[in-house]
Formats: sequence, structure tokens, C-alpha cells
Amino acid sequence: MRLLTHNMLSCNIKGVKNGYPLRLEAEKWTEKEVDFNAKFLRGIFPKIDWPALVGSARSFGFNDLLPDEAPDSSLLASDDDLLRRFHHALLEIHVEEGGLVCPETGRRFPINKGIPNLLLHEDEV
Amino acid sequence: MKLKQIESLLGRIQQFSNPKLDLEQYPTGPHIASRMLYTAENTFGDVNGKVVADFGCGCGTLGIASAFLGADYVIGIDVDLKSLETASQNAENLEVDVDLIQCDVKNLSSRGQVIDTVVMNPPFGTRKKGSDMEFLSVAFKVASQAVYSLHKTSTREHIKRVALRDFSANSAEVLCELRFDVPQLYKFHKKKEVDIAVDLWRFVP
Ligand SMILES: C[S@@+](CC[C@H](N)C(=O)[O-])C[C@H]1O[C@@H](n2cnc3c(N)ncnc32)[C@H](O)[C@@H]1O
Repeated sequence: MRLLTHNMLSCNIKGVKNGYPLRLEAEKWTEKEVDFNAKFLRGIFPKIDWPALVGSARSFGFNDLLPDEAPDSSLLASDDDLLRRFHHALLEIHVEEGGLVCPETGRRFPINKGIPNLLLHEDEV
Repeated sequence: MKLKQIESLLGRIQQFSNPKLDLEQYPTGPHIASRMLYTAENTFGDVNGKVVADFGCGCGTLGIASAFLGADYVIGIDVDLKSLETASQNAENLEVDVDLIQCDVKNLSSRGQVIDTVVMNPPFGTRKKGSDMEFLSVAFKVASQAVYSLHKTSTREHIKRVALRDFSANSAEVLCELRFDVPQLYKFHKKKEVDIAVDLWRFVP
């Protein structure tokens, strides 16, 4: 699971109102190079929840990879270094083992072999 | 990538080894899968540079085909872990990145407008009535650009009505009618192959 996926997932338990963002517990992860595509990154930037992305990057100890405050989109057009960091955070980190924890209920969805398990128990649907 | 090349690469995908009856697990063959995504890209520009989600991805065929056609981010969703693990292996063997999620499509909750295009070969609902419509309903919620889906030709009028009326589709169009060989995976199939008429749909949400 990569961080773009994390950025769009929220807790799907019935009745949960504040199920976003899921807190990422990363126990094992890998980094893998992906072709850099500035056009794609600029297109997706406005759709990303910035605090959630920064928070998920922190769970790997990447505390300085991204600025706390969402940058202005014009900065993304001129600052190549920033765009590359965004690229790295969003697309090049793969969580292999760990979990996703609902901020409201504390329910933990495990991640094994890179695949998060968001199946619900009978009493959660 | 050329159509022929995509078809031949998709032929290398390892498919369900022990298909589960109640989940309607059978693969989209390389011929249909390659043409489905090739059309989505070359006629409509719905794949290259996009975020594509494959609903009920099984062993990953449609998602992997999307990656071959230039999708920048591919997400495959299935309830069945075994299939997802096979999909993960297939993606690795074919050197594409596909993010996989184990989830019941009808309980999927996703925020933002991240997903552009949904591609799927949903269960036709022969085992669990209405599951094709459940898939379609969620696809309409998450896709911002287009939904490609296969449905039995016998349900054409119903699908069109529901898509336009209940899901407020901007358009619902059958791109072509296909013959779909559902191989004899199950004991209750008497013939060796069950050949059914299937429509390839393109919906604009
Ligand atoms: C007809 S197969 C298609 C497989 C693959 N997409 C392909 O085209 O080769 C349907 C798939 O949907 C999955 N499935 C069935 N019900 C599901 C549900 N409620 N949520 C998610 N996946 C489901 C099955 O496990 C199976 O892999």
C-alpha cells in the first residue's frame, strides 16, 4: 500500500463519523523508484489531503520530507525539489506490514504483504 | 504499447487456481481485457495519466492492462485475499505497480476525487442477486471521469434505466456486444464452456 491509497481511505464502519485519516502504523516498508511525471503530480495535488499525507510520511520517521502547511500550487510549478519530495511520499513508499487505525473507534485494520484488510465484521456493517 | 503486445502479456497472468463459486470468480480473457482497456484509452483517453480502480480485480487482469496503457496509479479491490496475492505476484512478474486493497466493494469508502476511472468485470449477480448493481452504484460514487463495465446483454435495458435514473449518469453507452466464455469452472455447469452474451459499457458519471 502506498500513501496515495492511504490518503483516500477512511474507516468504513457503519455509524463512524470521524473515520479519517486512518492512523498509519508502519512496521515494515520498502522504497521503490517510480517514473517521475510532473503533470500527473500537479493534477493530483489539489485532490490530496495534505495533513494526512504529512502525517503518514511521519509514521516512517520522514519528519522533514514535506512542509507541514500545504504549499501553494504555484510553488509546486516552480519548485522542482518540492515536487520530487511530493512524488516520493505519494508514490515510492510501500507499506508492507503494519496497520491502519480508525481515529474514532480505535479499530485496527491490518496490513499484511502490502495488502490492507478493510473487511468488516458482521456487527460493523 | 501495441494491442497485440498487451494481449500477449496478459496471457501470462496466472488466474484463479481454486475459483470460489459464490464470488463468481472467472477471469476476463486476454482478448477481451486488452480490447476493453485499449478502447478506453485510444477512443476516450480515460487511462493514460489517470488513477484507475479495478473493482473485483481478481488476479489483476484489468488493472494490469490499465497500467500497460499508461495509467499512473492503479488500485485493485477484491474481497478475496487469495486472488489479491496472486494479483500482487502477477503485477510483480509483469513489472507494473498495482496497489491492492482487501475490501467488499459495497463497503468501500473513499474520500476526495482521486479516482478518475473505474474498470470492472463484476459478478453478474447469478449467485448473489444484485451484486452487479451494487458494484455499479459504488463505481458511480468514486469515479470522476468514466466507468467501464461488463454486464449480461439480457440486462441491457435495466442497466440503462438504473444508470440514468438512479445513478444520474451523464451517459450510458454500450460500446460493443461480446461473447464471453465462462469456462467450466463449476460442477453445475454441464457444458464445457458456457458462452454468454455480454455488453461492454461506458458510463460517464
Ligand atoms: C468475474 S470475476 C472478475 C475478475 C477480474 N476482474 C478479471 O476481470 O479477470 C469477479 C471478481 O469479483 C470479486 N468479488 C465478488 N464479490 C465481491 C465484492 N462484494 N467485493 C469485492 N470483490 C468481489 C471476486 O472475488 C472476483 O475476483
